[in-house]
Amino acid sequence: MKNGLLIVVIIGFTIPLLISCEKFFPPAPADDEVLDGFVEGLSSEQQAQFLAGDVAFNSVFTAETGLGPSFVATSCGSCHPGDGKGHPFTTLIRFGQGDTTGNSYLDNGGPQLQNRAIPAHSPEQLPPGVPFAKFTPPANTGLGFLAALTDAQILANADPNDVNGDGISGIPNYLTPPSYFQPQSYQQNFGGKYIGRFGKKAAAITLLHQTVNAYVQDIGVTSEFAMSEPSIYNGTNPTPDNVPDPEVDGATVQNVVFYLRTLKAPIQRSPDNADAIAGKQLFLNANCGKCHIPQWTTPQSDIAALSNKTFYPYTDLLLHDMGSELDDGYTEGSAKTSEWRTPPLWGIGLAKNSQGGQYFLLHDGRAITIHDAIMVHGGEAANSKNQYKQLSETDKQRLIKFLETR
Amino acid sequence: MYTYNWHSMKRIILFSLTSFLSIHALAQTDSSLFNRIPADTSDLKLNMEAAYNRPFLQTGKLPVAIGGYVEANSSYFGTDGVSEGPSFQIPRMTIFLSSSIKKGIKFLSEVELEEGGKEIAIEFASMDIEFHPLFNLRGGVVMNPIGAFNQNHDGPKWEFISRPISATTIIPSTWSNVGFGIFGRYGHNNWVWAYEAYLTNGFDGKIISNEENRTWLPASKDNPERFQESFNGVPLTTIKSAFRNREIGEIGLSWMGGIYNKFEKDGVKIDTKRRVDVFAIDLNTTIPGSNTYCNGEWVWAIIDVPKTYSQQFGGKQRGGFLDIVQPVVQQEMFGWEKSTINLAFRLEYSDYNVGTFKETGGNISDDIYAIVPGISFRPSQQTVIRANYRYLWEHDLLGNPPALTAGFQFGFSTYF
Ligand code: HEC
Ligand code: HEC
Repeated sequence: MKNGLLIVVIIGFTIPLLISCEKFFPPAPADDEVLDGFVEGLSSEQQAQFLAGDVAFNSVFTAETGLGPSFVATSCGSCHPGDGKGHPFTTLIRFGQGDTTGNSYLDNGGPQLQNRAIPAHSPEQLPPGVPFAKFTPPANTGLGFLAALTDAQILANADPNDVNGDGISGIPNYLTPPSYFQPQSYQQNFGGKYIGRFGKKAAAITLLHQTVNAYVQDIGVTSEFAMSEPSIYNGTNPTPDNVPDPEVDGATVQNVVFYLRTLKAPIQRSPDNADAIAGKQLFLNANCGKCHIPQWTTPQSDIAALSNKTFYPYTDLLLHDMGSELDDGYTEGSAKTSEWRTPPLWGIGLAKNSQGGQYFLLHDGRAITIHDAIMVHGGEAANSKNQYKQLSETDKQRLIKFLETR
Repeated sequence: MYTYNWHSMKRIILFSLTSFLSIHALAQTDSSLFNRIPADTSDLKLNMEAAYNRPFLQTGKLPVAIGGYVEANSSYFGTDGVSEGPSFQIPRMTIFLSSSIKKGIKFLSEVELEEGGKEIAIEFASMDIEFHPLFNLRGGVVMNPIGAFNQNHDGPKWEFISRPISATTIIPSTWSNVGFGIFGRYGHNNWVWAYEAYLTNGFDGKIISNEENRTWLPASKDNPERFQESFNGVPLTTIKSAFRNREIGEIGLSWMGGIYNKFEKDGVKIDTKRRVDVFAIDLNTTIPGSNTYCNGEWVWAIIDVPKTYSQQFGGKQRGGFLDIVQPVVQQEMFGWEKSTINLAFRLEYSDYNVGTFKETGGNISDDIYAIVPGISFRPSQQTVIRANYRYLWEHDLLGNPPALTAGFQFGFSTYF
């Protein structure tokens, strides 16, 4: 009788094990709830390179493998968790440039402050009285689509002299490229300068440019593209670490770039939500879409999965004067101190899931709600902000609902 | 400082093992040659004496006894909808050898073959010299007496297939080191009190510089040199004291502390001395009447992380586990007298970074919670067949939605 019980217990326990395991496993989060994942249509070879890049993006550097000596964080994934926006814990500081003539601290600690250091080394201190700004890490999704656009497409929306009189005068950031830069057919040469697309001030021309700088400035990791450790303000002779340079190999850097190019675009959630549909109209009526341009289509690309694709990033990749409240007195390239690149708004509704349960919006994470972020829009966006201000409370909520479903 | 020739030690142990096993094999036909020495099951053995309280097998008049245990299991886990499918493991097979060299001089060793023999580790290899019950010397590779699990980790003793998280990631069980120390015990009526105190080699700088991206005490175990020499020339002190009452149960208090970083290079000071301190409390009791066995351990670790390093690496950690084991059937089954079926439940938690962000004042997460319901069948005290379901919630540093992992484990563990 009791033996029977034993057998029942054992069978009762192992049967579910053998048959319906899936029921007992945590389900995968829905595709539209996560930012990680690759674009549709990659070949298996491309998927393998994506995975190699994914591993490198999340691999942690230690003092033994090249971290520092001074650094801000230990991996790309520490600042862009789940490929999403980062937390003030990893907000970084850039300094040393107060106008469009360039950064005067490049050989003396600039452009970035490495506020942390491996044991037995000193972190960098901000030079007194220097212009600086804080940068909170943005999301990394869908960048391949933005990278695939031609300069001509971006320039089509530029209106530096506001010829159309709408008060909005987008302008690209023109930059001197780094030595390893190889111009592509979709890029134009403006007297030796090229258009920047990435970063808060659009100061990185390509994803390679952004990645190389991230390795060396954010993590203190040298690559064949940037062989010196980040310089330290007043550190006449910063003690190097014991790891031979380059600390990351060129193939790994290229894998990370491929990963960034092929990360999927955020997937729109609840597209049929009535409030979101109404919110979209309010967004367009308030001229938000003049800078946060909803829709783009890529031309032919060397990655087939990115060719001729329509996507919805809500950006124009151009710089705009955002008024005095957002003017920190620091700048990069040909941008003015009050100018910021329109950030893509796709995936913004998922930001809380990577920022620790709370929003930290705008370039320095100062806005903790979408409403707050809109309310500090000034300069070229002042009209637009005022139109938003005049909306009823319900309509404001609809507009925000719309953004949260992007 | 306390250097020790690990390789020749390993050779001696392996040699004695193989020779012993061949004697064993030759003798197999005549079982009267063997003498099974069962573990002492009187209640008054403490967690920290577990290594000395195992079932052994002795041949004839040979002064050497041998024993061991093996663990084997299958597991099927999935994280956030992704599973690698079922897999089978022999996480460890362990062999103990003990010998009485002379009256009052004992040698005991525990050699572990991990992951099917890929790694051989000497968990324990020490010589004891007995002077007085309250004062004895022990030297060699010793298990640091921190918490209860570290010294009482044999697979067959547990209803759970996975080792407790806090006891393997905050206390890096099995944590053993080269060193020496003293120990003793005092028993009176229903009471026993015992202590152990050792100086051993200790931790290294890896605990705050590793690919786990968090303060991680087990990282020091990767250093193959740690049996050869101390990382910084400062010994790690470990002290434990425990009481047990036959009716009430056991409580153990332990502390382990020392300097973990290299603060001098070629006689030149390169950094300040940085401490790591681990405190643990362990409790166990059997509730009379229902025979419910409760066993728990709680640990705090305090690590002096340089202020100019990163809050990625926590200066405080804490965690623990509570096991509740309820025998539900106790009778003869399948011809095994006194077999038992137990229901078991484990609750566990580890926080690898206790504190708040300087930038926001918000909580630093980096923690893990788990529950493990299970069932076990014991044909004898020496052998357990067990099935567990395990569910884990893991938060990253920032406290984003947790990674969810769950799965089944099924396996056995037995002394032999
Ligand atoms: C210390 C935190 C930190 C680390 C580490 C870090 N990033 Fe970033 N990342 C940022 C910040 C802040 C920005 C915005 C910087 C700017 O405006 O130039 C950024 C911007 C980017 C962008 C541009 C996104 C856009 O929308 O324009 C990419 C791409 C990127 N990072 C990739 C990487 C890669 C790849 C790594 C690792 C090699 C990395 N990041 C490491 C903080 C970090
Ligand atoms: C003139 C161009 C322009 C217009 C018009 C404009 N924005 Fe922006 N928007 C920006 C720029 C540039 C930023 C980044 C400012 C910064 O980071 O300091 C920004 C930032 C944001 C952010 C924060 C994004 C993030 O990831 O942190 C939100 C939300 C936003 N805008 C919504 C709106 C809405 C809603 C409207 C219409 C009411 C609007 N914007 C109109 C240029 C514009």
